[in-house]
Amino acid sequence: MSTRRSALSALVSAAVLAAPLALAGCTAGSTAMVAGGPSTLAVGFTAEPQNFDFTTTDGAAIPQALLYNVYETLVKIDSDGEITEGLAESWDVSDDRTVYDFHLRDNATFSNGEPFTASDVKFSIEQVKQDWTISLKSGMDVVDRVEVVGEHHARVVLSRPSNSWLRSMTTRIGAMFTPDGVADLANDPVGTGPYDVESRRRGDSVVLTRNPEYSRPDDPRPEPDYGTVVLKYYADATALNNALLSGGIDVISGVTAPDSVPQFEADNRFRVLQGTTNGEVVLAYNNRRAPLDDVRVRKALTYAIDRKALLQAAWGGRGKLIGSMVPPTDPWFEDLSREYPYDPERARSLLREAGHESLRLNLRIANLPYAVSSAQVIASHLKKVGVTVDIEPLDFPAVWLQQVFTDGDYDMSIVQHVEPQDITTFGDPEFYWGYDSPRVQRLLSEADTAPPREYISDMREVARTLSDDAAANWLFLFPNIVVAKNEVRGLQANQVSESFDLTGLRRQGSS
Amino acid sequence: MTAAERVAAGAGPAAAIARRLVILVASVFVASVVVFAFMAVLPGDPAQVALGVNATPELVEQTRQQFGLDRPLVTQYLDWMGGLLTGDFGTSYVTKEPIGPQLVDRLGVTLWLVGAGMLVAVLIAVPLGIVAAVRHRKPSGVGVSAAAQLGVAVPAFLAAIILVQVFSVQLGWLPSGGWTPPAYDLGAWLKGLILPAVSLGLVQGAVLTRYVRSAVLDVQREDFLRTARAKGLRPYPALVRHGLRNAAVPVVTVLGVQLATLLVGAVVIERVFVLPGLGSMLLDSVAARDLLSVQSIVLVLVVGVLLVNFLVDVLYTVLDPRLRRS
Repeated sequence: MSTRRSALSALVSAAVLAAPLALAGCTAGSTAMVAGGPSTLAVGFTAEPQNFDFTTTDGAAIPQALLYNVYETLVKIDSDGEITEGLAESWDVSDDRTVYDFHLRDNATFSNGEPFTASDVKFSIEQVKQDWTISLKSGMDVVDRVEVVGEHHARVVLSRPSNSWLRSMTTRIGAMFTPDGVADLANDPVGTGPYDVESRRRGDSVVLTRNPEYSRPDDPRPEPDYGTVVLKYYADATALNNALLSGGIDVISGVTAPDSVPQFEADNRFRVLQGTTNGEVVLAYNNRRAPLDDVRVRKALTYAIDRKALLQAAWGGRGKLIGSMVPPTDPWFEDLSREYPYDPERARSLLREAGHESLRLNLRIANLPYAVSSAQVIASHLKKVGVTVDIEPLDFPAVWLQQVFTDGDYDMSIVQHVEPQDITTFGDPEFYWGYDSPRVQRLLSEADTAPPREYISDMREVARTLSDDAAANWLFLFPNIVVAKNEVRGLQANQVSESFDLTGLRRQGSS
Repeated sequence: MTAAERVAAGAGPAAAIARRLVILVASVFVASVVVFAFMAVLPGDPAQVALGVNATPELVEQTRQQFGLDRPLVTQYLDWMGGLLTGDFGTSYVTKEPIGPQLVDRLGVTLWLVGAGMLVAVLIAVPLGIVAAVRHRKPSGVGVSAAAQLGVAVPAFLAAIILVQVFSVQLGWLPSGGWTPPAYDLGAWLKGLILPAVSLGLVQGAVLTRYVRSAVLDVQREDFLRTARAKGLRPYPALVRHGLRNAAVPVVTVLGVQLATLLVGAVVIERVFVLPGLGSMLLDSVAARDLLSVQSIVLVLVVGVLLVNFLVDVLYTVLDPRLRRS
C-alpha cells in the first residue's frame, strides 16, 4: 500500500515539474528555421533590430541589417567613402547643381514582384518628407520636388544646391520602397536588394534568403554567393566571441571587446580585418555651462588628457586618434590629432589663468565599455592637474538621452557618435554640446551650397575651428574589427556606410 | 501561515484553497500597481529613445502622443489592465507587434530552461543528498557535503562561462549559445539546452543537496524508520520504502522557493547563452524603454512565482495525508 502511494505521489510531483515543459513544447517551435550548409553564412552582431522599420525607429541596428542587403539606394558609398552607382546606373547634375537626373537600372525588381521604376523614386522620397519620423529625414528637406521623366528616368529638383544631399542618399533615407510594399514595414520589408527577410526569431536571429527577383538573367549583377545569411545577435561580447570560436557563426561583424582580438590573430582558422568607422568617441564639454564655457578651461582639459595612453588603456590601442569630428574616410579629413599634445604643465597654467586652482566636474557617461574605461583614464589624468572628476555611468540610451542629451544637465560626457557627417551637429546651438559659434554655423551653411572644391575647404575650416575652440575632445575613432573564418572573402575593413554590406561576400573556392 | 498549517488548524481544504486564491488575486493586483508605478517613474523617455539623437522636441512630443504616453497615468493603467483582463497585452510601440504572442513564445524558452535546470538539480541533489545523509559519519558522506557547500558558492554565470570554455571553445562538443526550437530539430535543441541547464542546475543542485541531506537525516532519526531497520531492512531499502515520502515535504517547499530563484537565474543564463527567453526580452525591453512590454513581463514573472507558491501549498496536502485528515 505504502509503495503504491509513494509511487503515486512521485507521479504527481513529476507531473507538476513537467507541466511547464509540456506547455513550452506547444509554443517554442513556432518560428521557421533554416538548415546550415555550405551556402549558409552566419554573421554575429551585438545590436538587434527591435523591428524592421527604420522610417520611424532610429538606431544603427536596422540599417545595418537591411540597407544594401534588402533595401537598395540610388547611390551607394564604397569602403573608401566614394559615391558609386546603386539602383541608378548613372546621374547628371545641372550646372546650378539643383537638378539631379537619375538613370535607373531597367531590370531591378522588388521582392514582391513589382518592377522598380522612376515613380518608386518619387514615392520613396516623398515618403521621407511626409511619413518618416526619425530625425535623419531632415536630410530630405532640401528636395523641392521629384519628377518622373520616363519609366527609368527620375529627376530630383533641389530648392538650393546641396553637397550633403547626394551623400545622404547613400544612407537609409535614400532607400527605395514600392507603394505596395509599405503596409507592414515593421515586420515585412520589401526591397529590391539581393536578400529578402525570410524569418526572424526575436532575441536570437534574422534569416535572410536570396531574393528570387534579384539578378534576372539579363542582369549584369552577380547572384549572391550565399543563398542564406543568418544574422545572429549576441548582446554579450564574450558570447559573440565564443560563438565564432566554437563554430556557431562564421563572421563577427564588429568586435566590441578589443582584448579578445589577439586570440583570433593567433589562430590560423581566422582572419582579422581592422579599419575605420564613422564612430567618433567624444568627450563632450558642456560649452553652455561654467566653467566649461571658458575656452581656456576646455583647452586645459584637452592638454591634460594623454589620448594616446587613453586609447592604449581603454581600447587596446586599436582605433585612430583624430583630433576633430572627421573620420579619415570623409573627403575633408585632415589629421588634427597632434593639435593638443599631452602637456599637464600647460593645462595647469591655463587653468590658473582662468582662475581655477582646483575644479570638480561631473562626467556623465553612457554605461558602455568604451565610455567606462575611457572615463577612468580621464579621471586619473585630470586629477594630476587638480581637476576632480565624478564619474556617473547612465543607462544608455534611455537615461543618457534624457539627462545629458535632452536636458543638457552635465559638465562632461562620453558617447560614441556614429552617424555619417555628424560634424554638422556643431552648427546647431541647441545640440547638447551647447556650442554656439556663428562662424561655424555660417561655414557649414555656405559649405553645403558651395561648389564642390569650396565645399571641401569650408568643411576643413569647420573641423579646424572646432579643434581651435576645443569644442569637444575627440578621444579616438572607434575601430572596425571584423573577424571571419578564412574561407569567407569579400569583407570590407572600413565601415563607412550604415550597412553591413553582404552583397560582395563569397566563399573562397567558389567562382 | 501556509495553507498546510491552516488545513492542519481545522479549516476544510477547499476553503483553504479558496482563501489562498483570493490572496493570489489580491497580490497580482497589488503587483500590477507597483510595476506600473515603477515604470512611470523610471527615468528615460520611450519616444526619445525611439527617435534617437537629433530629434526635434516637436517630433518627440508627437511620438509621445502616438505612443499614448501623454494621457493621464490612471487612464494608461486602466487601459493596460482592461486589456489584460481580456487577454490582450497590447501592442509594443518599439517592436510594433502584439506583446501577448511574444510573451508566450519567450516564456516557452524560459520554462524549458527552468524545467531542465530543475531536473538537473533534482537529479544531482536527490542521490547525493541521500548518500550524504546515510553516510554522514563516513568520509564519502562528508566529501559530498563539502562539495555541495562549495557548489553553493559558485554563481551560475561563472559555472556557465567555465562550461562554455571547456565544452564549446576547447572541446567543441556543444554550442556556446543559441536556441533551436525542439519542433524544428530535436537533436540541436537538446544540444543547445544542455550547457544552460547544467549551469543553472549545478548551483541549485548543490543548494538542494544540503536540504535533501538534512531532511533525510531528520527522517532517519524517526521511530518508524528505526522500526523498519529493526524488521531487518537494510538502510537504503528502508529509506526508500518508508523515509523518502516523509523527507519530501520540506524538500518540495525548498523546490518551490528555488523555482523562483531559477527564474531569476535564468535571466542571467539566457544572456550568457543568448537564449531568446523572457529574461533577455526583459533586458532588451528595459533598454529600449518598451514600458508596456516590461510591465507585462514583470507581471507574468510575479504571477508565475505566486502560482508556484500556491501550487506548493496545495502539494503539501497531496504529499502528506496527515495534513488532509486532521
